[in-house]
Amino acid sequence: MDINFVVGICLLLPVLGAFLVLILGSRPNVREAATLLTGGLTFWHVWGLLHHVREGARPRLELLEIVPGVQLAFEVEPLGLLFALVASFLWIVTTLYAIGYMRGHHEENQTRFFFFFAIAIAGALAVAFSANLFTLFAFYEVLTLCTFPLVTHHQTDEARKAGRVYLGILLTTSVAFQLLAIIWTWQLADTVDFTEGGILAGTASNGVLSAILILFVFGVGKAAVMPFHRWLPAAMVAPTPVSALLHAVAVVKAGVFTVLKVAVYVFGIDLLGTLAATTWLAWVAAATIILGSLVAFQKDNLKARLAYSTISQLSYIVLGALLANEWGVIGGGMHIAMHAFGKITLFFAAGAVLVAAHEKDISRMHGLGRTMPITFGAFFVGSLSIIGLPPAGGSWSKWFLGMGTLEAGQVGLLAVLMLSSLLGLYYLLEVPVKAFFFRPPDGTDHGKDFKEAPLPSLIAIGITALATVGFFVWPDLWYELMTMVISGVAQ
Amino acid sequence: MTQHLPVLLVVVPLVAAPIAALLNRPRLSWAVAVGATLWALYAALELLSQTMVSGAIHYELGGWTAPYGIEYVVDAANAWVVVIVALIGALVTPYARKSVEREITKDRIPLFYAAFILCLTGLLGIAVTGDVFNVFVFLEISSLSAYALIALGNDRRALTASFQYLIMGSVGATFIVIGIGLMYIMTGTLNMADLADRLPEVASSRTIPVAFTFLTVGITLKLALFPLHMWLPNAYTYAPSAVTAFIASTATKVAVYLLLRFFFTIFGATFSFDVMQLDRILMPLALIAIVAMSLVAIYQENVKRLLAYSSVAQIGYMVLGISFVSVLGLTAGILHLFNHALMKGALFMSMGCVMYRVGSVRLEQMNGLGRAMPWTMAAFVVGGLSLIGVPLTVGFVSKWYLVQAALEQGMWPVAGVVLLGSLLALMYVWKVVEVAYFREVDPELGISEAPLSLLAPTWVLVLGNLYFGINASESVGVATRAAEILLGVL
Repeated sequence: MDINFVVGICLLLPVLGAFLVLILGSRPNVREAATLLTGGLTFWHVWGLLHHVREGARPRLELLEIVPGVQLAFEVEPLGLLFALVASFLWIVTTLYAIGYMRGHHEENQTRFFFFFAIAIAGALAVAFSANLFTLFAFYEVLTLCTFPLVTHHQTDEARKAGRVYLGILLTTSVAFQLLAIIWTWQLADTVDFTEGGILAGTASNGVLSAILILFVFGVGKAAVMPFHRWLPAAMVAPTPVSALLHAVAVVKAGVFTVLKVAVYVFGIDLLGTLAATTWLAWVAAATIILGSLVAFQKDNLKARLAYSTISQLSYIVLGALLANEWGVIGGGMHIAMHAFGKITLFFAAGAVLVAAHEKDISRMHGLGRTMPITFGAFFVGSLSIIGLPPAGGSWSKWFLGMGTLEAGQVGLLAVLMLSSLLGLYYLLEVPVKAFFFRPPDGTDHGKDFKEAPLPSLIAIGITALATVGFFVWPDLWYELMTMVISGVAQ
Repeated sequence: MTQHLPVLLVVVPLVAAPIAALLNRPRLSWAVAVGATLWALYAALELLSQTMVSGAIHYELGGWTAPYGIEYVVDAANAWVVVIVALIGALVTPYARKSVEREITKDRIPLFYAAFILCLTGLLGIAVTGDVFNVFVFLEISSLSAYALIALGNDRRALTASFQYLIMGSVGATFIVIGIGLMYIMTGTLNMADLADRLPEVASSRTIPVAFTFLTVGITLKLALFPLHMWLPNAYTYAPSAVTAFIASTATKVAVYLLLRFFFTIFGATFSFDVMQLDRILMPLALIAIVAMSLVAIYQENVKRLLAYSSVAQIGYMVLGISFVSVLGLTAGILHLFNHALMKGALFMSMGCVMYRVGSVRLEQMNGLGRAMPWTMAAFVVGGLSLIGVPLTVGFVSKWYLVQAALEQGMWPVAGVVLLGSLLALMYVWKVVEVAYFREVDPELGISEAPLSLLAPTWVLVLGNLYFGINASESVGVATRAAEILLGVL
């Protein structure tokens, strides 16, 4: 089959899956089987692209010219492929998890839920494969809009308010800053195509390019760099599978992916290193890392704590891009994958506790570990990965990020990374420690009231937790893809 | 027959109007209106394709040569406007049948269609004529019939709205005819091309700047540029739904076209913008319109009024594009003329569907409509997203060019205002979305989806919003060509 055609299939399959869900809405078992099937097929096709990209091919699909000079086009390069692999694989796992969760939790409107879920995945894949800034922006907004019904799934007053914050911040930043930056880039460079080595070098003064960089970093609200992070905790009103896949993987990673992509393919890391704003923005990211961790520290609601932890971890990737050297980019790119698997495990576990024990607050989870050992065991493993400790995959990305800070001569930033890990050690490990070693305050024994979460959810948790450990031993795939990004730039 | 198309475009509806009135049967009159609008659409598309292939078409009425006789001239700029008017007309007419039955008493329906066709005739006439006095005649035809159409609204306030529009509109029309008269005194000609030739000789006199000023005020009043927009919100709010959808998408667009024709073709960009410095007035007013009117829209409780204020803001975008006096800016303005017709048409039509089922478009009566009328509200959401300027809709294409035009001239604060306008649009659109999707519908009201004859035309426009947002090369091409003609670069 023509390889360029496969790109189209990868993007179309989730859309087809979405409409299958609509058609099969009245029969839940068939409906979920359809989602799993399309998920499997999508991942299989994305995986099929890997082989070609390794051989140096860059499959390209040009749909049409929207306005003269600007195309709706897709091109698969290593960084986008990395994101697409993560998103499409975790979609399957999350669907499995959602089957257990949505039924166990007796959620309504499940057809709508699975429909928009599939559309969101299509949006995320389209972002991953975008060949130019315009296409990326278009699907970035599609992703924002189609996740709105998911965030406000419960249609309560609380959901409505959270939806306002969600849409307000994401659309405001993208329209006011990101779009301006894109059109400005178009004016200066006469192209918005992602090009190895960047397109902006030598087009304008250091000050103007710095201004564009600032617009990009804050304009990509999905990267949740403070002060534009409030939407992420707000989005936690959504059902847990949404928080797990979209607000730990697809949506937020689309944000940091955009930042990395702009850094590498629009500015180019050589140019980035010379800009006045780069160091300044790196410190903004560093501040977000620390502040995010500090806020996470104080949250008793588990999902809220995880949300702030995500904000903090996303800025690791933004920081990686802004270090403007190879190690930073490799570390940042790998962290997209490592954090995705680690954080989704944590969210899965949080949702499992909610379904089985109906508990949201950490202070009320004392002793639950004995009843739900698999769930809290997985939480432990996921936490290790987020903190960056062996034997979990996160240690590799943090290692490379640390090397990046040293290469950039920023010992202060290295100290920030260390400090944040220490904070993470406390606020994440507190949960399994209390669950396993503390006794319930009133001395009751939970064992008789409930057991582990429903089986499909449990399988999903197991898969992601094992993968997290697996990536410690075999991080090769992600490392290889990121070195291809770098070597492409170096040529 | 094809060589007579420019005049047949106008004459066929002009004849159809009294026939619709004389038949005096609602269904028959409606059928006449459908025929007239379909004819206009066919003629308009034919004219556009001819002008794109072989340049401007000149047609001499009755064989009297210009500049003595009346001449009709069709080039890329006005063929485009003609297509917009005819397209909206052809979509509103099938939509009007049921909507009008619900909103207008039966004995007045034939008169409604007669006035409707006349209004269409007037707007088409303004667009195709190459004679300034003819412009005035058609302007009066379209305006008088519009006053009548608005007054047909079943709310008693429609009468005062119509009267207000009558006064303001007549002031505007009078200013325009004074301007035309002064030009005639100085040059002795009414033909646009001839005027353009002769005006430079007398431009240094005091009369021509005075004529220019009268025309500026008259035309900006007609196109409802802030602060001369006072007639518009009431007129749009209380007019019958079909009338609002038609007038909102066409009348102000034709007035914007008049602005382009007078200040670029007749007076010439040099006189209008270098000597008279019109851009220094237009740009601030446009910017104020975008911000202030969007803010006012946020506070409206009646969705038709909300959309009306949004229209005033959107007219600001068109005028802003024009005030850059560059190919890119004019392209943006002309493009938005078309794009805004698509979005406001879709939005007002979806509100017409709500009016049909609910009998009101006040927010408090639209609770839970997202569930009760899914197709109608989905149309509103897509139209609203287009208004905000979300990518893959026409609104985005307009913004893309406007911001480019601003950045091209180094006016990044202006680019900022354009984007700010998008965010304000988000606020007023979302206000409606939240009511429709986050509140429970009252099951006792028994609200169901609007009938197909209302939904189908609405969705044609909705799909138009998406199609021309994804594949904008065509519309951008025409707009660029029109901009080049107006600026005389071609």
